[in-house]
Order: sequence, then C-alpha cells, then structure tokens
Amino acid sequence: MTLLITVFAAIAATLLWYKNAPDNSMRYGTLALIYWGASLMWFADAIFEYAELGAEFFTPAAADMLNDAYLGLCVLALGFIIWIVTLLIKDPKGIIRKMSVKKNL
Amino acid sequence: MACFLVPGTEAIVTTIVTAVVKKKEKNDLKKASYEGTSAAEKIGTKFSTKLGWLNKMLWGGSALLAFEHIWHGEVIPTFPFLTAIKDGNVGEMLAEMGTAGVTMAVLVTAAWAGMVIVSSIIEKRQAENTDSKEVKV
Repeated sequence: MTLLITVFAAIAATLLWYKNAPDNSMRYGTLALIYWGASLMWFADAIFEYAELGAEFFTPAAADMLNDAYLGLCVLALGFIIWIVTLLIKDPKGIIRKMSVKKNL
Repeated sequence: MACFLVPGTEAIVTTIVTAVVKKKEKNDLKKASYEGTSAAEKIGTKFSTKLGWLNKMLWGGSALLAFEHIWHGEVIPTFPFLTAIKDGNVGEMLAEMGTAGVTMAVLVTAAWAGMVIVSSIIEKRQAENTDSKEVKV
C-alpha cells in the first residue's frame, strides 16, 4: 500500500512537472524525483517480500493494509515537507530574498 | 532493518562527485570563454545537473525509507540507533543490506542511467536537426 501510494504521488508530481515545463520555478521535478526514488526502493523491497511470501504478498490483512496506507500518507507528507524546505531555501522566484531586502530597508 | 543505509551511502558519494564535476565544468567554461572556443557555446544538460537527478532520487528515497524504518521501530533515537544492533542481529542486518539495500541502490542508479541515455539521445537528435537546418540555410 505504501508503494502504491508513493507511485501515484510520483506520477502526479511528474504530470505537474510536465505540465509546467520548461518553467521550473516550482521545482516539481525535485518532488517527482523524491517520490520516484522512494518508489523504486520500495519496489526492490517488495520483490524480496514477494520472494519470501509468494502469492500471500498480494492478500495482506486489513489491519496491515490500513497501517501501510497510514504510513503511505505520512510518507507523502514528509516528501512534501522535504520539497517545500528545498523550494524555500533555493527560492527560485526570489520572493524570500525580496522580502528580506524590503525589511532591511 | 537498515537497507536504506546503502542508497544513503551512495547518495553521499554521488553528492561529493557532483560537487567535483560542477567545479570542473565551471573551470572548463571559464577557460573556454577566455580562449573563445566552442566549448563555451556547447548546449545541452550539464553532467552535474544529470548527477543532481540521481542525488535527488537517492536522498529523497533514503529519507522516506528511513522514516519507514522509524515507523516500524527499526531505527531508534538512542545509541546504537538500529534495533538490529541492539538485539545482536548484526549478521542478519548486513545480509539484508547486501541483498535488499544493494538492489535498491542498483535499481535507482539503473533508472537514472536510463534517464541520462534518453536525454542524451534527445539532445543529440536536437543538435543534428539544428545542424541540418543550418546547412539548408
């Protein structure tokens, strides 16, 4: 479930990046790469889990699924936080720099 | 257990490599612009930018995976920070890092290599199209 949620987030972020390209001021590409990286890593994890569990891997218990979904949503939130912190630090539109200049004046 | 440490370590290495490559590209560009050679006019995505894609995937993925390990109680806030070490399952942890961790790092790097190859082909085609248009004119 975590893998699935992250993959959907990666797809959505990629679509956002593509829709806004070549304008990169919102750094949607960074968000997409964060989620794709995590998706690939969880995919590798899923391969090993499938090798261990077999078909049982596709029929998780409801409680496990709910916990994984909750984890997936928390992971999405953390991805957004990393992206927004990166965006504010890089400040591609120069908004924070302009604000600090105004305050200094 | 601690599989995220493998791509995390790779992320540290690639970040250092990116910094070195960036510095080299800057120096090359400066040199080329002084000499007035065509390297200064070279178009296309810089290799340091392409390495940046890998860095973002590795750092982002490792961070989210580390969070998952905290969620499952495999990473703890006190020394030695990993439950596997605390419980004396170091062998098992290393085996997992060697299998799942290495697969994660290889998979992400392979995906990045695919992205680099595709973007290089697109840039090459664009350059060829521009050249052929210039010849026609």
